[in-house]
Amino acid sequence: MRSFVSKDDIRSWGGILQGQHFVSRPNWRDQLPRSIAEARDADHSLLAIGLGRSYGDSGLNPGGALVDMTALGRIISFDPATGLLRAEAGISFADILDLFVRRGFFLPVTPGTRFVTLGGAIANDVHGKNHHLAGTIGRWVRRIGLLRSDGTEIELRDDDQTGLFAATIGGLGLTGLITWAEIELMRIPSALMDVETLPFANVDEFFAVAAESEGSADYTVAWVDCLAKGNALGRGLFTRARHAPRGTKLARVEKPKLTVPFSMPSFVLNNLSIGLFNSLYFYKGRRAAGKATTPYLPYFYPLDSIGHWNRIYGRRGMYQYQSVVPPVTARDATTEMLKAISKAGEGSFLAVLKTFGEKVSPGLLSFPQAGTTLALDFPNRGQLTLDLLSRLDDIVREAGGRLYPAKDGRISAAMFRAGYPAWETFAQHVDPAFSSAFWRRISE
Amino acid sequence: MRVIILGATSAIAEATARLYASEGADLLLVGRQQAKLDAIAADLKVRGAVRAETAVYDLAAPENVRSALAQFCATLGGVDHVLIAYGVLGEQDEAEQLTDVAEEILQVNFNSVAAWCLAVADVFEGQARGSLVVLGSVAGDRGRRANYVYGAAKAGLATLVEGISHRFASNGPRAAIVKPGPTITPMTEGMNRKGALWATPEQIARVARRAADRTGPVFYAPGRWRLIMLIIRNLPTVIFNRMSI
Ligand SMILES: Cc1cc2nc3c(=O)[nH]c(=O)nc-3n(C[C@H](O)[C@H](O)[C@H](O)COP(=O)(O)OP(=O)(O)OC[C@H]3O[C@@H](n4cnc5c(N)ncnc54)[C@H](O)[C@@H]3O)c2cc1C
Ligand SMILES: NC(=O)c1ccc[n+]([C@@H]2O[C@H](COP(=O)([O-])OP(=O)(O)OC[C@H]3O[C@@H](n4cnc5c(N)ncnc54)[C@H](OP(=O)(O)O)[C@@H]3O)[C@@H](O)[C@H]2O)c1
Repeated sequence: MRSFVSKDDIRSWGGILQGQHFVSRPNWRDQLPRSIAEARDADHSLLAIGLGRSYGDSGLNPGGALVDMTALGRIISFDPATGLLRAEAGISFADILDLFVRRGFFLPVTPGTRFVTLGGAIANDVHGKNHHLAGTIGRWVRRIGLLRSDGTEIELRDDDQTGLFAATIGGLGLTGLITWAEIELMRIPSALMDVETLPFANVDEFFAVAAESEGSADYTVAWVDCLAKGNALGRGLFTRARHAPRGTKLARVEKPKLTVPFSMPSFVLNNLSIGLFNSLYFYKGRRAAGKATTPYLPYFYPLDSIGHWNRIYGRRGMYQYQSVVPPVTARDATTEMLKAISKAGEGSFLAVLKTFGEKVSPGLLSFPQAGTTLALDFPNRGQLTLDLLSRLDDIVREAGGRLYPAKDGRISAAMFRAGYPAWETFAQHVDPAFSSAFWRRISE
Repeated sequence: MRVIILGATSAIAEATARLYASEGADLLLVGRQQAKLDAIAADLKVRGAVRAETAVYDLAAPENVRSALAQFCATLGGVDHVLIAYGVLGEQDEAEQLTDVAEEILQVNFNSVAAWCLAVADVFEGQARGSLVVLGSVAGDRGRRANYVYGAAKAGLATLVEGISHRFASNGPRAAIVKPGPTITPMTEGMNRKGALWATPEQIARVARRAADRTGPVFYAPGRWRLIMLIIRNLPTVIFNRMSI
């Protein structure tokens, strides 16, 4: 294990899980086979790690080896005529945006942080606010270089018939190392966004605005005040946006101005402060509702301006919880979940509600499917929080929904298997030398 | 702007080359492995470099430094900046036992670099402009058990570059020595790179890029190392000798 170093400080983004890992950070793709061989010789299972923005245990492999891909950020080629970008898997979305927005190109799909790697985004088949139009990132992946633990590097294409491409998209890093990938960038007219904010008073109003907006807006998402009760249950702010047709292509790239230097004491975040925040946010948003044109960075990545914002949740960390429920049960299940949260009084700062469109996700384990997705984060208060989450699990499961592995560190194997019936087919493509805490939890 | 990078496959050099690329520079990447140079050149072109040429050369055992340099300049049609980045940490333990290991460390990190620096100085003096930036190390500021042969080479380099800067003082050209602290690159692979003192190659690159445009001649990277090294240099020997740093 010459190129690996033992580290005990690798934490998931949620901060709840931590473990000892042997970490290697190769600078060149041709060193990857050696890292794999070293780990295998030492009988350690392997997993790739990107920028570590996954909240739960799918990105961790405690006691095993992690190959840190972030030094592999080279661009291999770019064709401005087609927008096809081929790059090493460790390149970050932040780097891609810095380079290509000024040339009139944008990521076809982006999550709510730009500090993710291309490989990590593919391995979770990430979605964004334009899901109803673009589907997941996997739909924009044309080719993948996949290094298996037997040392062979396979070029997978989007018309692959073996199933390995479909297993690798959203494959949670379990099919091998993605060494490079080719994605299709999208053309944009400017670096600005036309954004419209509309307050809604309850869950029914949310569904009405969402249905009306999907035809016209490229990006839609809503924030919900999940501590509101009674008639106000499910009140929130709906934003719909598009790339502004005119304006500058140059966006000032700001470095995080603020950073949370250490984990905050847990009293900072309590029900009172979360409740206050939610109410203030709602009223402030309602007053400011209307149309505005803003640079793309604060629109897509509001949290990226605060370095290590996850530390406000203190040393005990937080749970993220993201579910999707199908259209037929969406309204009832969403209402029930919001009721359960508000009843438990376990507030969430960043409750996000969005409808997913009909675009089929290409991965066997891709999370997005048609329906409504609700993303929540809860400060870890031990059993109290876990009880609420298992209550939510029941609602999601009954509604025929499922949870997002990138944000999970706790669901049962049964719940996962119920939500992802293709998991057995997927398991046949898993590289025998690769594993993760998540995979051991749900497959064994 | 035409930039020659000697040791272009170093992680710090590559990060610096990306900054130059974003300014639309013409680059010549010199190193010893064509495949690596090609991968970097392809990347730099997409990142904005107008040209990214490559040359394979045995930098640490140069045959004829001046004519090689003339060749490099001819490739770009002239030169504005030169960055010298190659180097090797070496095995201190071995260097204490085997003279050739020590000589090799000195040859790679000092003798050969000095030869390039002197040749570049002449070119810059002849054209009355140009910036030479050389990667030294905080390890050159005070000798310590763990790496003093390497440190001695970097100390020599700092003095040499300071001298060149002094020689240039009243003319147009500049020379700068950049002294990085511990940085997360292949050179330090296998070390436990935890904690706030470790920098990224991008942080060092920003200092190296700026150094080409400023009067130095000494640049610590990141800047906080200036103060840290001031303290370390001034620690009384009795205290220093008791520290395991
Ligand atoms: C603030 C915030 C907002 C977010 N918003 C969204 C959102 O809107 N939509 C969404 O879909 N997600 C969202 N996420 C989740 C995030 O997009 C995913 O977790 C993403 O995969 C993280 O990428 P990463 O590079 O950090 O990967 P990591 O977290 O390091 O790894 C993720 C997975 O990818 C695997 N992996 C990484 N690199 C490779 C590789 N080269 N080869 C093979 N496998 C690899 C890992 O093994 C792991 O299983 C958000 C996260 C945060 C923190
Ligand atoms: N990393 C640190 O902590 C640190 C701290 C202070 C100073 N520095 C200095 O910063 C500079 C760049 O280092 P880095 O950190 O970027 O390390 P790196 O990525 O390991 O780069 C080292 C470079 O030196 C080249 N090289 C090594 N031995 C050579 C030889 N005998 N002949 C020719 N080239 C040789 C390597 O070429 P190949 O790619 O062909 O192997 C590579 O380009 C070095 O001068 C180093 O001393 C580094």
